[in-house]
Amino acid sequence: MTIKKLDGKVPEGKVQEKWDNHRFKMKLVNPSNKRKYKVIVVGTGLAGASACSTLAELGYEVDAFCIQDSPRRAHSIAAQGGINAAKNYPNDGDSVWRLFYDTVKGGDYRAREANVYRLAQVSNSIIDQCAAQGVPFAREYGGTLANRSFGGAQVSRTFYARGQTGQQLLLGAYSSMMKEVSKGKVKVHTRREMVDLVVVDGKSRGIITRNIVTGEFEKWAADAVILCTGGYGNVYFLSTNAMTSNGSAAWKAYKKGAMFGNPCFTQIHPTCIPVHGDAQSKLTLMSESLRNDGRVWVPKKKGDNRKASEIPEEERDYYLERIYPSFGNLVPRDVASRRAKESVDDGRGVGKTGVAVFLDFSDAIKRDGEQAIRERYGNLFEMYNRITDENPYQVPMRIYPAVHYTMGGLWVDYNLQTTVPGTFALGEANFSDHGANRLGASALMQGLADGYFVIPYTLGNYLVEENLLNEKITDEHPEFEKCLKASKGRFDKLLSVGGNRSVDSFHKELGHIMWERVGMSRNGEDLNKGIKEIQNLRAEFWKDVKVTGTDEGLNVELEKANRVADFLELGELMARDALERKESCGGHFREESQTEENEAKRDDDNFAHVAAWEYSGDEETPIRNIEELAFENVALTQRSYK
Amino acid sequence: MSSEEKLLTLNLKIWRQKSAKDKGKMVDYTLEGVSTDSSFLEMIDQLNEKLVGESLDPVTFDHDCREGICGMCSMMINGLAHGPEKETTTCQLHMRSFNDGDTIVIEPWRAKAFPVVKDLMVDRSAFDKIIQAGGYVNINTGNAQDANEILVPKADADLAMDAAACIGCGACVASCKNASAMLFVSAKISQLALLPQGELEAEKRTLNMVEKMDELGFGNCTNEAECEASCPKGIQITNIARMNKEFLKAAITSKE
Repeated sequence: MTIKKLDGKVPEGKVQEKWDNHRFKMKLVNPSNKRKYKVIVVGTGLAGASACSTLAELGYEVDAFCIQDSPRRAHSIAAQGGINAAKNYPNDGDSVWRLFYDTVKGGDYRAREANVYRLAQVSNSIIDQCAAQGVPFAREYGGTLANRSFGGAQVSRTFYARGQTGQQLLLGAYSSMMKEVSKGKVKVHTRREMVDLVVVDGKSRGIITRNIVTGEFEKWAADAVILCTGGYGNVYFLSTNAMTSNGSAAWKAYKKGAMFGNPCFTQIHPTCIPVHGDAQSKLTLMSESLRNDGRVWVPKKKGDNRKASEIPEEERDYYLERIYPSFGNLVPRDVASRRAKESVDDGRGVGKTGVAVFLDFSDAIKRDGEQAIRERYGNLFEMYNRITDENPYQVPMRIYPAVHYTMGGLWVDYNLQTTVPGTFALGEANFSDHGANRLGASALMQGLADGYFVIPYTLGNYLVEENLLNEKITDEHPEFEKCLKASKGRFDKLLSVGGNRSVDSFHKELGHIMWERVGMSRNGEDLNKGIKEIQNLRAEFWKDVKVTGTDEGLNVELEKANRVADFLELGELMARDALERKESCGGHFREESQTEENEAKRDDDNFAHVAAWEYSGDEETPIRNIEELAFENVALTQRSYK
Repeated sequence: MSSEEKLLTLNLKIWRQKSAKDKGKMVDYTLEGVSTDSSFLEMIDQLNEKLVGESLDPVTFDHDCREGICGMCSMMINGLAHGPEKETTTCQLHMRSFNDGDTIVIEPWRAKAFPVVKDLMVDRSAFDKIIQAGGYVNINTGNAQDANEILVPKADADLAMDAAACIGCGACVASCKNASAMLFVSAKISQLALLPQGELEAEKRTLNMVEKMDELGFGNCTNEAECEASCPKGIQITNIARMNKEFLKAAITSKE
């Protein structure tokens, strides 16, 4: 077993010039030739929808696939708080360089510098593009765009549309895509799930899908496949992800040779509504923007179960403001989450379960008035009220961290290409820009950057370099039939187990193992135990899962079983990755590696790299390859928000 | 403070239909031990877990984000689209809105343009077709001017955002006796008509979207305002008035 050193294909030159130089050097596809290429885009969230519209505008023939009944429903829609850009409209000292610097630092120095710089560079064009599409961003009275602050930054660079920024940006991208559908350049295939990637002679040549309504398996050939399938946070069962968000498309690509980058890098978001009980199906995020005005606290005394209003000021511990005076409540997500857990573990949690902390708006309401707070966060307060039956204008919110985002994903080079030529991964599905911790309002930025401004260039270069115009293949190629049969076989196998336990019961148990062993705080012993537990659960799944119904027509249990089977493998890889990364960084906190002040302690000598896992057979241990990360512009320092 | 958690026993009457071709019927279920803290969909999850345990086919329904924004969930609950709570999607409806021993009737959206796929799941692709007819600004990626060169009065931006908040769930259609889609269509037309970005194509957009809406089999508006009452996002019928104004203007002055 030899460890490969991966080449991120970062262009030469100063970081400020890399993208411009690269764009000039990349080969172009003649306008009249573009229509001869077919491109598959899987997933229609921000990354997928923006890629579909832009590629179609350029002239490519696009086949788009989504799991929901309409592309507009992809989970990007649920993003609340905002999107970052280096516009410096508020004149508070922002710049492309500062956004780049904050993002590399926020990611705890585990992202690829060149990618992050490009992200910061195109961030301004994203805002321009979205405004031109008619996205109703928040405005000042003079008619200009408004900004607010987010965690991990000391400037106000976040653009927003009330608490529904993801919805508005996605609807912008979706509308743009619909414009191309009306011209016949994009064909949308809804209620489809990708079940395999078809690779011919080492190149990606199409996919196999399962039609969710009819249960039929279908073959789709193309010149390139772009995966925009989001993250895999649902491996934890409870997360802020949508119910159908899954890791299966990425996992199929992994099994076809696409390496998986930093699978253990998971973002646990600090401000979510706490778990209410066993029947709970998902967790709801309360936007990070709330930390602009909300103050986080717990009682100083352990086991203090008085109402918030009965706890006097001097008996409250505003722990984020105490520990981090300069960033206060706006420390990055990983830091805020870990400190919340620490308070709860210390017996100072609040609410009925004791597994929550307060997020208190009473000072902001006193200062700015209830009306001002209602204008800023009205819809979030209403949502909180509906779910918990408590009025956050009168009593503090109770919040607790929950799984929200996965920084890990398919390894991609600077061109967003995976290790399978012709397979690209965009948005949350790739690993590249957020390192070990994503800053708030950066996911929307990255999804749209990849789709609107990166893939349109890098895809063309691939198509020309590989001379694909002269190497057309169709779905008649035997590899398609082979993949289709294998997929069908897998679904038949799931139906034939005939066991006693429901799919959900396995998913919940896996989620429990992941949360306990591969959650907010990790250690070698627990990770080793976790790997064993997942292996045992997987074996039990294939012996005892009960999937009702048949393979014909709509069968939700069968769909879920297929996804959970993949999660049972992916979860093990996450634990393995967490075990091998013996340092703490960002959201990956190894208890063995912390500073005296309980902050994450990196080990740059041994771990300033990306772990890129290579599949080597179902019964084999995967291979951990690496990509060395070079920090030429941002000095590696201990991250400090004090 | 929140009300105390209670456990409910419920009588459910649910529409079951195997496929688009099947005739379908109401089926009765009794479900015990439903927490008042659970959401409506978590109650259905609980029923489905029970059905799977009995080797029966679970109830199929659309749902995804479960935070009231994706627009997937779509149930008629006791004859009301998304149930009894104002401005609340089915997924955000909680069981504390119901009492022990209640009978709850659950049906899919009923509209000619939304055929049933299975059980409570319907096909709403007609909405995508309406957007394809013109629900966008015709601008390609990369052509945009600096965002602050387009000034938008705050009041207009706020009104546009009010309209843009539509989640495309179809409750407006389901609750309308004419199965009219005018609230949905007018929300998009309004959003873009209120902004300078959408002005250039306003006439063409309005004519095309309205034509498509009619073609797809949605009914007309007879001012019952059931759509507004059932809308989980509080989209107002003033948008329909604005659309009518835009339509009239376009019908008279359009150069198309």
